[in-house]
Amino acid sequence: MTAVSDMNTPSQSLNSGLQPDGLPARLRRRYFRTPGNAVISMVGMAALFYLAFHALDWAVLKAVWISPDSTSAVCRDIAGACWAVIQQRWRIIIFGLFPYDEQWRSMLACLVMVATIVLSCLPWSWRPLRLSILWCAGFLIFYVLMRGGLFGMRAVLPADWGGLTLTVFLYAAGVLIGMPMAIAMALLRRSDMPLVSRMTGALIDGVRSLPLITILFTAALIFPFVLPGWLQGDKIWRVIIGFALFFAAYQAEIIRSGIQSIPVGQEEAAKALGLSYWHRTGRIILPQAFRNALPPTINQLVITFKETSLIVIIGFFEILASGNAAYGTGEWSFAYFEVYIFVALVYFVFVFSLSRYGAYLERRMRFGQH
Amino acid sequence: MQIFRNRKTRSVVYQVAFLAVFALVIFGAVHEATTKLAAQGMTSGFDFLQKSTGFRIGFSLIPFDPFDSYLQMLWVGFLNTIFLGILSIILANIVGLIIAVFRISSNGVLNDIGTLYIEAFRNVPLILQALFWYAALTHLPPPKQAYSLFDSIFLSARGVFVPSLNVEGQWFAAVALVLILGLAALAWFSMARRLRRVQNRPAIQIGIAGLTLATMVGILVYAREPGSDIVSVPALRGLNFRGGVTIPPELSALAIATAIYGGAYIAEVIRAGFLSVGKGQVEAARALGLSPWHVFSRVHLPLAIRAVLPTLINQYVWLFKATTLGIVVGFADFFSVISVSINQSGQTLELIAILMAGFLIMNNTLSFVLNRVNKAIALKGTQLRT
Repeated sequence: MTAVSDMNTPSQSLNSGLQPDGLPARLRRRYFRTPGNAVISMVGMAALFYLAFHALDWAVLKAVWISPDSTSAVCRDIAGACWAVIQQRWRIIIFGLFPYDEQWRSMLACLVMVATIVLSCLPWSWRPLRLSILWCAGFLIFYVLMRGGLFGMRAVLPADWGGLTLTVFLYAAGVLIGMPMAIAMALLRRSDMPLVSRMTGALIDGVRSLPLITILFTAALIFPFVLPGWLQGDKIWRVIIGFALFFAAYQAEIIRSGIQSIPVGQEEAAKALGLSYWHRTGRIILPQAFRNALPPTINQLVITFKETSLIVIIGFFEILASGNAAYGTGEWSFAYFEVYIFVALVYFVFVFSLSRYGAYLERRMRFGQH
Repeated sequence: MQIFRNRKTRSVVYQVAFLAVFALVIFGAVHEATTKLAAQGMTSGFDFLQKSTGFRIGFSLIPFDPFDSYLQMLWVGFLNTIFLGILSIILANIVGLIIAVFRISSNGVLNDIGTLYIEAFRNVPLILQALFWYAALTHLPPPKQAYSLFDSIFLSARGVFVPSLNVEGQWFAAVALVLILGLAALAWFSMARRLRRVQNRPAIQIGIAGLTLATMVGILVYAREPGSDIVSVPALRGLNFRGGVTIPPELSALAIATAIYGGAYIAEVIRAGFLSVGKGQVEAARALGLSPWHVFSRVHLPLAIRAVLPTLINQYVWLFKATTLGIVVGFADFFSVISVSINQSGQTLELIAILMAGFLIMNNTLSFVLNRVNKAIALKGTQLRT
C-alpha cells in the first residue's frame, strides 16, 4: 500500500504545478495529507497551542507592567510575569554604570552605531571606500559621544561604560579592527613565500583551536607583562585586540575559501594583462572573493555578535552582567526569569535580523552569477 | 638595486625581514617580561605545581581535597572539561537529530516546531542560556520538598539525585571504559571491510557483546563494598540526600544549555545532509520495496551522515570549545581552575602556557580522531551517486 501511495505523490505535485490552488488546498497538503499525518498535526498543534496559551497567559494576561512605588511589592502573589523589574531597572541593563545625566549620550551613540550597521547593509554602500568611510565615521562619532571631553561634554572613561552600549562598542571595534587583519592574514597565508605562509597558517590555526575566552583572558593578563608601558593602553583595548584577532582568524579562512573558489584563469588573465600584485588583488581577486564568501561572512558576523557576551567573564559590565546586576539586588532577586528573557530578546532582535538579512542576500546572489 | 629586480632575491629578502620582525617581537616580549618579573621579585618556573592549593572543588571525577597539589587541581579541571565536552556533544547530537527529522518531515506542524526551536535557541548566546538554566535549577525547591520521579530520582536546588552503582569512582570509570571498548570492538568488527568474509559473524558478534557484559558485571561484583546492594538509591537523610549520585546544578546547567544550543546548530547541519542525498537513491530504495523505516535507516541516514561528517566534525570541535563556560556558574573546568590558580599563586605566564597547551592538545586530539573516523567511513570514488 505504501508503495502505491508513494507513487502517486509526483503526479499530485505535477497537477498542483499546473493549476495554482488556494490556501485551503495548500494547508491540506501541508498538514493533512494522510490520516497518520493529520493525527500528528493535531497532536502537534494541540501541544503548540497549549504552550502558546500558557506563555501568553504568563507574559501578558497575568503580568504586572509597572511598579507605582518603585519597589517589588506589586509583584507579590501574582501568577504572571513581573515586567515591573524591567520598567524599574532598564537603565542599568542598557547603559550600565554610565553617569545618569549623560545617559542620552550613551543612547545616541548606540543609535549611531546601529544606523551604521543598517546603512552598511544597503547595496549602495558596497564599495570598499564607502564602507570604510562609513564605518570609520560611525565609530568615531560613537567614540567621541561616549568618551566625551570634547565640545563641552563631560569625560567618561571606558571603565564606566556598560550595558548594551558596551556590547555594541566591543562588537563594532572588534569587527572594524578584525576585518583588515583578516584580509591581511588571508593574503599572507596564500603567499608563495613558504616561510610567510607557514607562519601565518600556524597563527591562524593556533587561534582557531583555542576557545575565545582563553584568548580574551590571555589578552587581558599577558599583554601587561610582555608589552612596554607606553604600548599597553586601557584594559578594554587589550581585550578588543584579542577579540579582533579571534574574529580575524576565522574570517581569514572564510576569505581564503572565497579566493580559492575563483577560477584560476581570472588571476592568470590579470597577470597576462600586466597588472601588478596590488591591482590584481584589489580589483580582481578580493571583490570576487568577498562576493563568494558573503554568506559565511554574515554567519560569522552573527556568531561574533553573540560571542561578545563572553567578556562578562573577564569582568566587563556588558549587557549580560548588567542584567545580572539588575535582578541582583535583594529587592528583585526573584525576577531573574523576566530579566533573562529581556536580555535574550535584545540579542534575538540583533541576531535574528542579521541572519534574516544574510538569508535574503543569499537568495539575491543566486541571480546574476557568472 | 639591479639585484632587487630578481623575484627570487626579493622573496628571500622579504622572508628574512618577516622572520627578523617576528624574532624581534618575541625577543622584546621576553625581555620585557623578565625585567618586570625580576622587578616584582617573582620566581618563574613550574615548582609551584607541587604546592597544595587549599581549595575546594564542587565536582570532580577523581578524588580531590584542599591538601592536593596544583597539578592535581589542573588535572581535575582537564578531566572535567573533557567529560563535559563529550557529554554535551552526545546530548546535542541527540537533540539535533530529532529536530532535523522534524525539519525534513513531510508534516507541516513538525516543520514549524523545528523552525521555531532553531530560531528561538540559536539566536541567543550560549552563556546567557547557561546562566538562565543555572538560575532556574538553583531556584528549585530545597531537598525536603524536592520533586521526585518514581521515588528514586530527585530534583532539588542542591542538584539532581539519581541512583548509581555502589562502587568507588575508579571502578565506575573501569566499567565505562570496558563498555566503550566493547562497543568500539563490535562496531569495528561489523564495519571493517577486511573482516566481511569471516565465517560465523553473528556468533562472534554475540561473543564480543557477552564478553563485554560479563567483564562489566565481574568488575561490579568484585569492587562492590561487601554486604551492600549493587544499586544505591538516594534517600532523604536530615537536610540532604544520601546515596546515589549527585549531579550538581552547575554541571546540569551547562550540559542542558549546550545540548539545546548545540542541538539547534547540529540540526541544521544534519538537515543539509538529508537534503543533499540524491533523490534517485531514495527513489531506488522505495522501488525495491523497502519499508519507509528501512529507507530512512539504511539508505537516507547513512548517506546523509557521510555527506555532512566533515561539517559535523567542525561543529563538534566548536561545541567542545564552547563548553568552556564553567567559570560563570562555578563548574571547575580547565579554564576556571587555571583562573583560580592564577589568582592564588600569581604564576600568570606559566599557567597561561599550560592553558594554551592543554586546549591545543584536547582540540587537536579530538579533530584528529574524528577525521580518522570520517576517512574510515567516507564513500570511496565509485560509490558516489546522485
